[in-house]
Amino acid sequence: MLELRNICYSAENDGVKKDIIKNVSLKLNEKFIAFTGPNGGGKSTLAKIIMGIIRPTSGQIIFDGKDVTDLSVTDRAKAGIAFAFQQPVKFKGITVTDLIEIASGRKLSVSEICGYLSEVGLCAREYVDREINASLSGGELKRIEIAVTLARKSKFTIFDEPEAGIDLWSFNSLIRVFENLAAKTAESLLIISHQERILSIADRIIVISDGEVTKDGKGSDVLPGILSASSTCNVLKDKTKEAVL
Amino acid sequence: MNLGNTEKSLLKEIAGLEAIPTGAYNVRENGKLAGRNVTAHIDIVTKKDKPGIDIYIKSETKGERVDIPVILTETGLNDLVYNDFYVADGADVTIVAGCGIHNAGGLKSEHDGIHAFHIGKNAKVLYIEKHYGEGDGTGEKILNPTTLVEIDEGGSMTMETAQIKGVDSAIRKTDAVLKDGATLVIHEKIMTHGKQYAETNFHVALNGENSGAHVISRSIAKDDSHQKYISCVDGNAKCSGHTECDAIIMDNGSVTAKPELNANNIDASLIHEAAIGKIAGEQLIKLMSLGLTEKEAEEKIVDGFLK
Repeated sequence: MLELRNICYSAENDGVKKDIIKNVSLKLNEKFIAFTGPNGGGKSTLAKIIMGIIRPTSGQIIFDGKDVTDLSVTDRAKAGIAFAFQQPVKFKGITVTDLIEIASGRKLSVSEICGYLSEVGLCAREYVDREINASLSGGELKRIEIAVTLARKSKFTIFDEPEAGIDLWSFNSLIRVFENLAAKTAESLLIISHQERILSIADRIIVISDGEVTKDGKGSDVLPGILSASSTCNVLKDKTKEAVL
Repeated sequence: MNLGNTEKSLLKEIAGLEAIPTGAYNVRENGKLAGRNVTAHIDIVTKKDKPGIDIYIKSETKGERVDIPVILTETGLNDLVYNDFYVADGADVTIVAGCGIHNAGGLKSEHDGIHAFHIGKNAKVLYIEKHYGEGDGTGEKILNPTTLVEIDEGGSMTMETAQIKGVDSAIRKTDAVLKDGATLVIHEKIMTHGKQYAETNFHVALNGENSGAHVISRSIAKDDSHQKYISCVDGNAKCSGHTECDAIIMDNGSVTAKPELNANNIDASLIHEAAIGKIAGEQLIKLMSLGLTEKEAEEKIVDGFLK
């Protein structure tokens, strides 16, 4: 459904060119795909390239058989790609209802809005008229961001670290949201995550590190390797060794 | 009261009036009285020494509304009016003012309204004022409102002012003096476009113990328009004052904010916040990722901001 062909992206910082994405090619056809890997490895950049927020330096993006490389964010959204931001954007005067309606492309009844909000564990009565501003907590903003993205009903939906900034209590219900999504929806989900419980429900896990795909395979095959690698930190191992000696 | 279609549409625009109000009202059209109604609690009397009216709101007034719209449809008219509001102790009233100008000619049309509020002890006033200009003529549409406010002990006033469209030049002056326990809340919305100029000048003297003022200005300056926001709060007693200027600039629009806080008492607590800038890129991208074009996203952000 979505194909990345030889995607490269480099940025200049203080006159020094840095390659952020190094010739990544991927065919993403599974229902539930997870990007994982160390911070700064290029996961979010790659996701933003898919949404059109960042233009690749070279390479092609094919969506549903069409080349979307030169399409704007708006046109990609219309083509069926949605994106839930890692840090939800705040507005002044725009309410939860406004944003869900913009996402749906039409006026919605209170019960329809309630449907989207209850999906992420929020009581519609308390939130429909709330402005999406700093008066909402990080966790609330995050859930609203997910509800708004779900209202797009897109063919290919990207969630950039949905668990970031969410407390443990909310995290459990968030996991259920994705479990339900994975079970119910026929569309494709791409989730950038570091969380084992999210990775464990992925059909396919792609590890992105230093701008490259370093591991790619079935979730059940890739996950055990990631877990054993991350459970032993080298620095810590050395320190432990020193202490023993 | 016989009004033409242009006048009716102006009244709807500035006061939301679809029909003649049932309560107290005074409609001023092209510098003359077009209609008036008084009630048992609200009296309106024409001034003898200068143009304008005195509005007397009795203590018994609870939840009543008085409309005092001004409409100008003659080009070249310079209308100066003095309106005094005497709000008795304990009254609770909503006052809807506003001025609409339809200038189809080539001459300047101007309305300068000087409104003085004398608000009694524990009285409560909601004052709504909307300014609007229209017409295909090349003549300028100018509005210079001055609001003078005195609030006695425990009294309160909420002022909601809006200038959204069509006013070429506006200089708004608001001068308020507050006694013990009095509060003043001002919400201002301004949008300028073309080569328009809008200036807001607030001066609030918090003289009374536990008095408080909260001034919020939200504005958008588009095209080549310019806005100036000047606010001055004097904390002369144990009091709290907060002013906020939040502005979006677009195209070649420009905004100047000049806050002044004078804390003259050790227990005065005064805050000023000002934020001026273009629409945040991330807000545009978020809305575009929901399927809106850049222009549609911009409109949504502007509408929300001034809502």
